[in-house]
Amino acid sequence: MIRFLLKGILRDKQRSLLPVIIVSIGTMLTVLLVCWLNGFLGDSIEMNARFATGHIKIMTAAYQKNIDQVPNDLALSGVDSLMMKLRKEFPDMKWGERIHFGGLIDVPDNKGETRSQGPAIGFGIDMLSGDKSEIERFNLEKSIFRGKLPSHKGEILMSEDFSKKLKINPGDTVTLIGSTMNGSMALYNYTVSGTIVFGAEAMDHGSVIVDMADVRAALDMDNAAGEIVGYLPDIYYNEENANKVVARFQEIFPLSGGEFSPVIMTLRQQNSLGNMIDMIKSVGSLMVFVFVLSMSLVLWNAGLLGGLRRYSEFGIRLAIGEDYSHIYKTMIYESVLIGIIGSIIGTVVGLLGSLYLQEHGLDIGSMMKGAAIMMPSVFRAHITTNAFYIGFIPGLFSTVAGTMLSGIGIYKRKTARLFKELEA
Amino acid sequence: MENSKIISIEGLKKTFSTTGGKFTALNGINLEFGKGEFTGVVGPSGSGKTTLLNIIGSLDSPSEGKAIVLGKSIGELNVKQSAMLRRSQLGFIFQSYNLLPVYTVFENVEFPLLLLNMNDGQRKKMVLDSLEWLGLTDKIKSMPSQLSGGECQRVAIARAMVKKPEIVLADEPTANLDAANSHHILKSMVQLNKEFNTTFIFATHDDKVIGYLHRKISLVDGKVAKDEITNN
Ligand SMILES: Nc1ncnc2c1ncn2[C@@H]1O[C@H](COP(=O)(O)OP(=O)(O)OP(=O)(O)O)[C@@H](O)[C@H]1O
Ligand SMILES: [Mg+2]
Repeated sequence: MIRFLLKGILRDKQRSLLPVIIVSIGTMLTVLLVCWLNGFLGDSIEMNARFATGHIKIMTAAYQKNIDQVPNDLALSGVDSLMMKLRKEFPDMKWGERIHFGGLIDVPDNKGETRSQGPAIGFGIDMLSGDKSEIERFNLEKSIFRGKLPSHKGEILMSEDFSKKLKINPGDTVTLIGSTMNGSMALYNYTVSGTIVFGAEAMDHGSVIVDMADVRAALDMDNAAGEIVGYLPDIYYNEENANKVVARFQEIFPLSGGEFSPVIMTLRQQNSLGNMIDMIKSVGSLMVFVFVLSMSLVLWNAGLLGGLRRYSEFGIRLAIGEDYSHIYKTMIYESVLIGIIGSIIGTVVGLLGSLYLQEHGLDIGSMMKGAAIMMPSVFRAHITTNAFYIGFIPGLFSTVAGTMLSGIGIYKRKTARLFKELEA
Repeated sequence: MENSKIISIEGLKKTFSTTGGKFTALNGINLEFGKGEFTGVVGPSGSGKTTLLNIIGSLDSPSEGKAIVLGKSIGELNVKQSAMLRRSQLGFIFQSYNLLPVYTVFENVEFPLLLLNMNDGQRKKMVLDSLEWLGLTDKIKSMPSQLSGGECQRVAIARAMVKKPEIVLADEPTANLDAANSHHILKSMVQLNKEFNTTFIFATHDDKVIGYLHRKISLVDGKVAKDEITNN
């Protein structure tokens, strides 16, 4: 009997190949979407973490209050000893000192007159100490567009866009006009060693990247830093662990209420990133939900139609003396089989596609022009455990549910009715 | 031919609820059928022939009265019991053949035996015998779509006969066939009736069929108008 039924499934492409293809496609799309969203969410957060917020960030209370103005006069001082303490207390964490600054980049011609000029957003990070971790965090080596990384004091990187705007080539000299920690004007000459493209709109605009020691020299910020960013050992931001670090930090550095006492913030507490995370997360789960639901409806329907078109076959089988319940059971087994095969194929293909996106990404930079928040312009998928089973919701459960529903129809109809439909 | 009663129908009524209210398709039928009969239920369209055959075949149940088939009261069987009755004792032949399209001739005829859990060897022999009675031995591997109408109907007869049922119910078996094919299948059925003493009950208004009947029951408006023995 089972062999007989299997023969039927295999010969009737409408019962085998077609539903398997439909289920596979539905499952595959579900898996792809989920992985894509995972990747997008993780990357967006991670990108902000690497460039701006860290997983946690330490600054002075006053700096934090005025953070939008990049108030370097309120920067942390005595950073060396603070860093030493942090490294001792949190050996698993990675720490980095940062100085953000605003200023004008002035490009002189060979007579010393201004040839072009533009406002710059400056990032002071460690590039020359020999510790490569900040270079890696900013992905500088891979982001070089022209020229090379700074190798000496006095060399800086500039975003490719900005350099084009100012008509600068690697090797040219520029002057940074800014203000020192004490509020007086700072003038400092740098050589542009190379240009960079980050692939993040917000970063590619008008940024210059300067070694920490050079910024300190230019802005009179010896042993000071606007911010200290910290990174958890987790690949992606982990709220729980971040909160633990914060709690421990607050034990060591109880809030004194002083303007210059260090305060600590998690990624979630900064730049309204918390809202953004929540929003992306809920929009993401909503999308997954809607998608899984609609895929479920499609596959449910496919299961339903698959059952309905076989009413005449069921009528014949009933007349010949097969039991209702036996027909119903075979129908369900069939759809379970189809659902499992389709879901497995769909999940495997979906995961392979996601793996490709995870490794290579999909460049959507052109669609992201002018985006204000920092979002990765290369979409990458991230395969998480739920990707391995989520496709089975539409692929298996909905297919079977649709079949079950259509099967109830054969109970509801009198056998003779099935024949009426069949004679027609 | 011994004439033991295998079907008895008493005061049978069948009503359908339709949008226009209740419709009475069978209105007080009293009939008896003996083993080995070759009987036709005739009458104009809508007179209730199919309805009567469906009830005898336990595909439908009486609204009132009794239909006792092979000792079983049709109205009192649950779905499992009526499936059991059809599976073991009844064969059906339909106007539109109703073969399973994805199965070969052999497999179509094999299906009723699979439901009876017969062992492979016995099953194969019975299928081949049945196909031989109907002259289909060279079509064993064909699909229904490759057969002519007459051949399809012969496969359907083979499928109905393969388990040697007590009763074969044939609803307009010749309606889709030309004269030559009609006579061919009717002769086959006469042959099988003689050989196995299988009871055949037809629903028909085809004169060709009527010409082969031993007994003719005329229905008019859900009532038996005439019940006569014919000289065939
Ligand atoms: N399921 C049903 N619901 C409502 N009315 C029905 C149903 N089945 C049959 N009828 C009605 O009962 C009457 C008898 O139908 P039946 O099919 O038994 O006629 P018949 O004698 O077989 O006709 P034909 O020669 O056209 O096949 C018809 O008027 C038909 O419309
Ligand atoms: Mg009829």
